[in-house]
Amino acid sequence: MSAGKSATPLGKVRGLGPSGHNGAHWIEERFTSIGLLLLSLWFLFSLMMLPALDRDTLVEWLRSPAAAVPMALFVLASFSHSLDGMKVLVDDYVHDEGNRVATHFVLKMFAIAGGALSLFAIAKIAFGAA
Amino acid sequence: MTPPTSRPLSPHLTIWKWGPHMLVSILHRLTGNALSVAGLALLTWWLLAIANGASAYEQFATVAMHPVSIAVLVGLTWAFWQHTFSGLRHLFLDMGAGYELKTNRLFSVMTIVGALFATAATWFILMGVNR
Repeated sequence: MSAGKSATPLGKVRGLGPSGHNGAHWIEERFTSIGLLLLSLWFLFSLMMLPALDRDTLVEWLRSPAAAVPMALFVLASFSHSLDGMKVLVDDYVHDEGNRVATHFVLKMFAIAGGALSLFAIAKIAFGAA
Repeated sequence: MTPPTSRPLSPHLTIWKWGPHMLVSILHRLTGNALSVAGLALLTWWLLAIANGASAYEQFATVAMHPVSIAVLVGLTWAFWQHTFSGLRHLFLDMGAGYELKTNRLFSVMTIVGALFATAATWFILMGVNR
């Protein structure tokens, strides 16, 4: 992003900083962490409270919207928060800008692919196709 | 743009006396990345296995019940609790609280002790319920 002579003070600082973006990523990481705190505890306690962990029990459980919806949210928050966190690791250790952007890209593709596969699986179970 | 090569590094890792806060910081990053890679790969495989039918789930269960896999699952459970507790600590630190030396030390130690205890409790319940 270039800041020419006509840029406003805000336009000049946007996209700067050591990470190339402002505090939005940091805030987003905190937001998803609070969401994940609730959703991951829900996930773990649900598993512990199920009578068994065989497939029939799990399918029946995930057919209920009360399980399928939080599970989908858990998947979304997990992949989003993981991507945020792994980007921080990359930012700290990959110093070359080209490599850094390329690594971010690969991580994002993996996160989107994994998230999409998981959501598809949940939908297939929830809509009775499994 | 070539990065400067002959600049001295400020001494960091070598000169500090180790404290629990340093361990917790490193563990937070380590567990977060372990959960991101192994945890999410496993979650995705598990969901797909449930969705893809009895034989797919059978395949998943066979691998997951192997002693090595159980060790990995216990490790991931610990990673989850460690990251959760130290994540809570970070949320408090982000609000500007808990920087006093003794408080900081106490909270750091508490995340480690709490995570070990929670991991044991989780598996105690999981094995009790599903056997």
